[in-house]
Parts: sequence; C-alpha cells; structure tokens
Amino acid sequence: MLTYTIRRLLMLIPVLFGMTFVVFFIIRAIPGDPAQVILGQQATKEAVAQLTEKLGLNDPWYVQFFHYVKGLLSGDLGESLRSSAPIKDEIWPYLAATLELSLVAMFIAIFIGVNAGIISAWFQNSWFDYVAMILALIGISIPVFWLGLMEQWAFSLELGWLPSTGRENVRDPVEVVTNLYLIDTLIAGRFDQFGEVIRHLILPSLALATIPMAIIARITRSSMLEVMRSDYIRTARAKGMRMFFVVYKHSLKNAVIPVLTVIGLQVGLLLGGAILTETIFGWPGIGRYIYEAIGFRDYPVIQSGILIIATIFILINLIVDLLYVAIDPRIKYN
Amino acid sequence: MSGESVLEVKNLRTSFFTDDGEVAAVDDIDFYINKGEILGVVGESGCGKSVTSLSIMGLVPSPPGKIVGGEILYKGEDLTKASEKRMRQIRGNDITMIFQEPMTSLNPLFTIGNQIMETIRLHNKWNKQQVKERAIEILQMVGLPRAEELLNEYPHQLSGGMRQRVMIAMAMVCNPQLLIADEPTTALDVTIQAQILKLMKKLNHDYQTAIMMITHDLGVVAEVCQRVVVMYAGKVVEEGDIATIYKSPKHPYTVGLIKSVPDMRKKVDRLYSIPGNVPKPGSIKEGCRFAARCEHAFDRCFTETPELYQTGEGQKVRCFLYEQQGGVSK
Repeated sequence: MLTYTIRRLLMLIPVLFGMTFVVFFIIRAIPGDPAQVILGQQATKEAVAQLTEKLGLNDPWYVQFFHYVKGLLSGDLGESLRSSAPIKDEIWPYLAATLELSLVAMFIAIFIGVNAGIISAWFQNSWFDYVAMILALIGISIPVFWLGLMEQWAFSLELGWLPSTGRENVRDPVEVVTNLYLIDTLIAGRFDQFGEVIRHLILPSLALATIPMAIIARITRSSMLEVMRSDYIRTARAKGMRMFFVVYKHSLKNAVIPVLTVIGLQVGLLLGGAILTETIFGWPGIGRYIYEAIGFRDYPVIQSGILIIATIFILINLIVDLLYVAIDPRIKYN
Repeated sequence: MSGESVLEVKNLRTSFFTDDGEVAAVDDIDFYINKGEILGVVGESGCGKSVTSLSIMGLVPSPPGKIVGGEILYKGEDLTKASEKRMRQIRGNDITMIFQEPMTSLNPLFTIGNQIMETIRLHNKWNKQQVKERAIEILQMVGLPRAEELLNEYPHQLSGGMRQRVMIAMAMVCNPQLLIADEPTTALDVTIQAQILKLMKKLNHDYQTAIMMITHDLGVVAEVCQRVVVMYAGKVVEEGDIATIYKSPKHPYTVGLIKSVPDMRKKVDRLYSIPGNVPKPGSIKEGCRFAARCEHAFDRCFTETPELYQTGEGQKVRCFLYEQQGGVSK
C-alpha cells in the first residue's frame, strides 16, 4: 500500500514533466508578443526589443525550458511577466477562491446527487425516480453560463435575495489570513460576514454544482440498481433488516466505487473548468487568473497555473484510488 | 395433517405482472410443515419453488411480483396480511433462509463477524460481549474452525463450503422455528454437499428447527427429508412421506423424476429423461400442466385441471388416473 502510494507519486514526475513540455509549446504558438502586450501598441520597436531581451524571450526554446524546469525543481514557479511578482505568492489568493467555491459546489453535488441517485434506485420507476432523472438530464444539458445568468436574473435582479457577484461584502472586509473566506471570517469572529460569504457562495456554487450533481445522481442510480439486485441484498433483507439500512449500509458501500471515480474526475474538472462560472459571478479564482494571463501572454503564469491544477487533479485521483482499498477488502495494489 | 404444523400454506397464488399480463409463478398451492420436520420441495427450475419460499419470507420482488391470493399461516398468523414491521420481526428470527449461491450471498465488503452480529442485534437487545459470544458460539456450532478469527475475515477469504456454513450460522443464530433452504447444496461440490446436509440434519435434530428443503436433487431429498412435495409448473402435483413416494410414486411426473436418477447397479446406453421441457409459466391456461409431456395423457387431461386426490395415508396426487381411488382431498 505504502509502496504503491510512493510509486504513484513518483509517476507524477514524468506526467507533470510531459505536461509542462506540451503547455510550454502550445502557449508559445499563440500569436502575440508578451513584450508588445506589456508595453502597449504605441511602444517603440527598440523598447519592445529591449524588454524581450530582458525577459529572456530571445533565448533558444530549450534554454528557456531548462531555466523554467530548473526553477520548478527548486520550488520556484517563476515570476509573472506582467507584474514581476513571484507566482508562488501571487497565485494563492486565486487558488484559495477556487478551492472554496469548488469544495462547496462539490459538497452540494455529492450530497444531493448521491441521495437522489439512491432514492431513485430504491424506488425505481416511481414519480421521484422519473422527476429526478429528468432533472438530471436537464442538468447535464444546460450550459453553465446560461444557468448562471438565469440565477442572477431571478435571485439577484428580480427577487433581490442574493448578491450576484463577488465573494464578500466589500464595504466591510475581514482581515485575510488563509484566503478561504469561510475560515477567515470565523477566525476574525465575524459571524455576520460569515453569513455574507455564504450568501455570496450560493449562486455560483449552485451553478457549478449542477453538472457534477446530475452526473453523480445518474451514476449512483445505475450502480445502486445493479447492487440491489444482488444476492447479498436479499440476504440482508432475509435477516429482517430495515430497508433503509439495507440501502444505506449494504447497498451503498458496494455501489460507491464507480461513484467515487466520477467524483474524483469531476473535482478535477471543477478546479480548472470553473472559468465560465468565475467570470459570470466575478469570482477571483484561478480560472480567471489564468484566463487573464493568456490575454497578456504571461507565459510563466499560464504554465505554472496549469501545472498546479494538473497536480491537484492527479492527487485527487490518487486519493480516490487509495479510497478503493479502504472500501473494498478485495482490492489490493501491488 | 399430522402433528402440529409450524407453517401452513393454503391456496397460495403468487403472480408476476408483465407486459403480457399476469403470469402465475405459483398457482394455488397447499402444503404444510410440521414442527421439527424436514420437508422436501422438489421440482425442475422454473416450477415455482423459489417464488414459494420468497412468498413465505415476504420478499417477492414487487413490482412486478405480488401474492394475489391464499394464506401463509405461521403458527396461525397469516403472513400475507402481516405488516412490513411484523415481517421484519419474523424474518431472520422466526423464519430464516439460506440460498443457493454461497459465493454471492454474503456481502463482500463486511466481515463475517459484522454480518452475523448484525443479525443478532436486529432481534435481541444484548450487550456487545453477549453478541460476540453468541456469534462465536454459532460459528463453532456449524463446525467452523478458528471461530474467533473468522469474525474479522471477509467472505472472499473463505471457501464455498465455509461460506455456506456461515450462511447457515446466520440463519440459525436466533434459533428460528423454520429454516428455508433454497437449493443449499447445488453450488457446492459433492463432498461438501454431504457435509452441509449432515450439518443441517444435525441442527434439525438438536434444535428441532423445521427445515423446508427446496431442491431439484432427489438424492438430497432421500438423504434428509421426512416428507416431500413435488411441484410442477407452479402447482403441487404430488405429496407424501418419503418412503411412500420412493416406493410407489403415483404422478407420472414423479415417476419420471425417480426414473431419471441414474442407477449405479445397471448398465444403460442412455440415461432416462422426461421428454419435452417445462412449459413457460402462464403458457398453459387449461388442463393438466404436465399433459403435453405425459405418456398416459388422455383427452380430459388437456381440458380439465385435476384436483389433488388422496391415494393413501398422507399421499396425494394431482392426476386423473387416481381419481377413482381417493376422491378429492380438499
């Protein structure tokens, strides 16, 4: 088990190296010159040439790549071309914002999705099953940007219940410690602001949760249906067990592995794929950070941002693989 | 009926409602099981044996299945009318069940101990220590070695025979009145089969638990049962005590079944088998269901359904050939 974990972590190295390599070339294939973008349209040719030289963009690609990877190996994510600040310091607030949003969205998606799937399977072909599965189908099909705009229109503009953008009440901010505002407000003992942060989280996290929730509900249902037909479920019922425990104890544990796989993949997608949601809801997350960096041809920021998302994605899926072992005694890695 | 019955099934009819309409998997069957008795229920696949047992347990998959008529009397209480809550008290405590497939009948993700102790806790308010002691005791009772270690092992670490013993332990742990065994030895190899049958006989003898032994194997019936009910296509076709049925089987189907057991003392070119196949449930609307495969069938067999006729002490046959002898038993 431990050797397996170590081996998987070692496998991260070639994967991340390969990915860094690909990203490195793709972003350099985008037309546009960072120096030109930084200095603006009116800049003189000499100034652009000078800045290009200063940023090291005249070096051959392998020298640039070597410098970048060398930095990475010593834990240096590079510096932003635009702000000259170390990316390591600059990226955390954005990453924290995305983490907070994704975790809340994922919590909603898992809680509702898994339970809807279970109940649909339990009462197969009931009205609940039909309604839940139609909603799930709609949820998968709805474009997130449209859903986000509709939420803002309904709950902010028309009803005025919830704020449409931002992370907190900006007129009365709380001191930033971790950049996870749910935690920061609690550290500061500001429960009013804690409530505000939750109010700001509701609309974007619901928009973000919709697709994973629908996918999780559908996969849970089909997995549960298969398990509930098996012999050991009949055994559990023949013992005189309540259907609730038959479903939530004996069936769910057996049905959960495919669900976990999907959850792992969806969490990864949320981290990188939240750009649309973040843009609509003015959420200062890592998706927007990278998106803006692309506009400025800020090569190091794009590279390191994608690298971080990919690392988290791979780690989450490693955790999922390790959870399999915790759940199913028959699964052994070696 | 002789002695005191623990279970009495009267005119039971269990149907499955499909797109093609109602299909009666069990059609108007009657039988009883006495206290401490081992009753064999014999028949080919699809004759309604398993549906009968699931009906007794109240576990017929619904929809599409449903008990549409009759009574199942457990010590006088009609289980077809019992609430789900009452049925939960009975299942696993008064009436228990073991299944054909020991390999898949235990939950692969929970330890043996967890699954046995769960049954005990469902029906008793004991403390942790008592529950654990009882679990160890029952595992020893069904002849499993290393009982204490077994509690922490998972089903996949056990052989098929051991798993069936665990299933029997789970079924016996609350001292039930009736154990329904649905083909308990079919999936096991022959030496293990013999051990399991011996164990069930011993438990029946020691604890006076009645056993309803569902099987298609006449060898099993001869080995352990005192009385036997022969089913064909959802109906009981013959019933009687084991000696009578083996010595003088009456119904052509029973005769055929016994004839198809290979005799080791005779050399034959081809083993006997009853011609034809079991009809699809619900496909025969009128007449005797065995008529199409019966060598004695005459016109009346295809138009009228025979009753169960009493032919001797405790023997009943559903066949017009014996109408004169006994008259209707019901």
